[in-house]
Amino acid sequence: MAEQMMAADGRTLKSSLNRALRRQKLRALLLIAPLLLFIMVTFVIPIGQMLFRSVENQIVSDTIPRTVQELASWDARTDPLPDEAVFISFAKDMMTAVEERRHTRLGSRLNYENAGISSQFRRSGRDVADMGEVIADQFIALNPAWEEPETWVTLLADPDWIAADPDDRPAFELSDTARTALPRTSDVYAEFARLAQDSPRGLARSQPWNMVYFALHEDLTATPAPDLGTLASPLLTEAATAASGFETESIRDAFIASSRGWGDTALWQTIQTYSPPYTASYFLTAVDLRQTPDGIERAAENQQIYVRLFIRTLVMSLTIMGACILLGYPVAWMLANLPSRQANLMLILVLLPFWTSLLVRTSAWKVLLQQQGVINDLLVWIGLVADDNRLTMINNATGTIIAMTHILLPFMILPLYSVMKTIPPSYLRAAKSLGATNWTAFWRVYFPQSVPGIGAGSILVFILSIGYYITPEIVGGTSGIFISNRIAYHISSSLNWGLAAALGTILLVVVMALYWAYDRIVGIDNVKLGG
Amino acid sequence: MQQVKNDDAFVAFERVQKSYDGESLVVKDLNLTVPKGEFLTLLGPSGSGKTTCLMMLAGFETATHGDIRLDGKSVNNIPPHKRGIGMVFQNYALFPHMTVAENLSFPLEVRKIGKSDREAKVKRALDMVQMGDFGARRPAQMSGGQQQRVALARALVFEPELVLMDEPLGALDKQLRETLQFEITNLAHELGITVVYVTHDQTEALTMSDRVAVFQDGRIQQLATPDDLYERPQNSFVAQFIGENNTLTGVVQDISNDRCTVRLDSGDVIEAMPANVKAVGDRTKVSIRPERVEIDKTRLQPGALTLKAEVLEFIYMGDIFRTRLRVAGTDEFVIKTRNAPDQVRLTPGTQIDIGWLPQDCRALDA
Repeated sequence: MAEQMMAADGRTLKSSLNRALRRQKLRALLLIAPLLLFIMVTFVIPIGQMLFRSVENQIVSDTIPRTVQELASWDARTDPLPDEAVFISFAKDMMTAVEERRHTRLGSRLNYENAGISSQFRRSGRDVADMGEVIADQFIALNPAWEEPETWVTLLADPDWIAADPDDRPAFELSDTARTALPRTSDVYAEFARLAQDSPRGLARSQPWNMVYFALHEDLTATPAPDLGTLASPLLTEAATAASGFETESIRDAFIASSRGWGDTALWQTIQTYSPPYTASYFLTAVDLRQTPDGIERAAENQQIYVRLFIRTLVMSLTIMGACILLGYPVAWMLANLPSRQANLMLILVLLPFWTSLLVRTSAWKVLLQQQGVINDLLVWIGLVADDNRLTMINNATGTIIAMTHILLPFMILPLYSVMKTIPPSYLRAAKSLGATNWTAFWRVYFPQSVPGIGAGSILVFILSIGYYITPEIVGGTSGIFISNRIAYHISSSLNWGLAAALGTILLVVVMALYWAYDRIVGIDNVKLGG
Repeated sequence: MQQVKNDDAFVAFERVQKSYDGESLVVKDLNLTVPKGEFLTLLGPSGSGKTTCLMMLAGFETATHGDIRLDGKSVNNIPPHKRGIGMVFQNYALFPHMTVAENLSFPLEVRKIGKSDREAKVKRALDMVQMGDFGARRPAQMSGGQQQRVALARALVFEPELVLMDEPLGALDKQLRETLQFEITNLAHELGITVVYVTHDQTEALTMSDRVAVFQDGRIQQLATPDDLYERPQNSFVAQFIGENNTLTGVVQDISNDRCTVRLDSGDVIEAMPANVKAVGDRTKVSIRPERVEIDKTRLQPGALTLKAEVLEFIYMGDIFRTRLRVAGTDEFVIKTRNAPDQVRLTPGTQIDIGWLPQDCRALDA
């Protein structure tokens, strides 16, 4: 083994070198720090969040936690409908959700999986406040004190919380005794109290929800009978005795009466299927599959759009890339071989589109390509096309390809040009002097050396076009739109962000896979943007 | 100039003109013949038209007027790839995406030569330039000298009869250049090929060529063998361009046969060989090579003329001493003396006598 090299101060040469370089590295890091921070905050973190959205599904378990828990034991194959307990939990969950106006959001979320659910949630959201009224009325009939907000506070609140200054009370707290003696009541009341406390009326003047009375009735009639302990007051003891004689009501019937859909097995299966906090459902939808209680199956024929859109996006991007190579290569060659004065002028012409708004350019294509547009007029005038048979070149794939090839052409020409600029003309001369025809000299000598430029231009154009949005949106019609237009639709119109995120993630993965394949086949070292 | 219709001329330029912009001529009325097997160098400062001539011969530029013949046939309308001329470029122009062997194989492939034949020829060509072991290398993995050797082999591998070289050694360092100069000349003579070689380096031109054509301003100023060119320049441009030269200006007083008398501007009268002075009374530049000036009176041969001189500067250059003198009114008179054991080293300020033979001294146009 070779002896370690030593520096003059006795350290090993390697550690000396590292010390010497550390300051440089630190300075380099400091110089890039602002950009790094900027990219982290505005790019990496939002994208990470977006990607996370594609699997996140906490809205169900967050909005109706009790229902999700109760539903876990339901088996649709033995019972067509969940039992009363599930519906009671659901009513309690809905009460909170309705007060917080979250039930419609949950409705929209579940509507992605089972169309029509959102209207059930909206309709029953209005009715759920009335559920449990039969029980509540009987409590009040028994003793009007039950109507007083004060009664409930005294019964359930923590003594320390009651003792606190009424004008500056902390968040509501249950007493421990209430929590053990009347668990269901405490559970519902705690949520009621939290919301009432924040309402303009305040807790002191809000009558509890009917479902609080319902929960109290549940507690009082539970077996074994609750040990009221220190809570026992004449009022409560009286209620406890009377409770078993109360006329009861079925919450399940109330829901079905409110909206027939709650009697549908499929609806509850949907809720059950989508109750876990993470889901693959967005990804499944993004590839035209769906998750059903029986497993994964293909989406309905008329809803299979995403795979086709992905394929169309890829094929059209490749077409645009190919068109850019065909159109851009000769131009780049001219640019690289003209005298610099003319080349500069041409370069300005190539760059000119960059200085014009993308929207303006795309709209200009609309003017040119439409049926009564400039190109059709010209073709009719020449006599190439009959007046009653004008070409459809806009609002379809043709329009998208034409407009996008034009817009992305500079991204092909510039890398090609900068690579060709570095190929000395003497190579072609040498090839010809060695006996090669113009074509052989080009194909065997010039072209291989320009491949890095083609590679760079192709990657640029392909990756730009695969995520393009504005141009397909304007000139693409229905048959010329890209997957990105669908993503935009889900982001801004249908608000199905999870699906948008899943589609985006797939797009990202596809691009990375293609990049990887390119690296394996051509080698990324063979990509040059110049020099 | 020479307008001889030479039947055994291998390459011939006849009244060739070339203009790039339609306003000025880069090559003006070029007439040049190169016999088979000759090593001809086109020498001249940049912009003198020598490279344009080479490019016209190779077929990369077309002559605006005139005829270029190759082996008796006019090549004006033959594209470069059909001319069968080997070419070596200053920047080597080896194809970077091919190995050395592939580079050499290329001209054979386009000529549809079979694989085994190709391999044999490639190997022979590489051995010829002592690069036999480098077949699998890429151009970027070799030094400039190695690359130029390969480029040379590539220009020779398809056995052309004519090889053009466009300043092939311009990018190499001095020692390598000298080695390669020697090798290229030897190869050319061994193979019996005709070479047209372009350079602006006069040493290169003198050491390598059979004949040298000195270009200036689109014309051949003189076409001659190296020793003729050096010792008998036909005009003052050639005298100045080739080697170092002292000039003394004056007026022709008398011309008789092969001698003329010149009255220098300082008043001294000297004898010289008339090169291109025509009449008495013409202004003239008298040219004398630094190494032909003698400072040791005892060694002066009979018939030598002498002038007074003052030493201005003495420069030690290793193998020679370079001394700058004031002679006949000019401060730029330089002499070169060999660094021999008995050689004197002149000290600035000394007054000395210098002398030379009249036949070493040529009266040229002013």
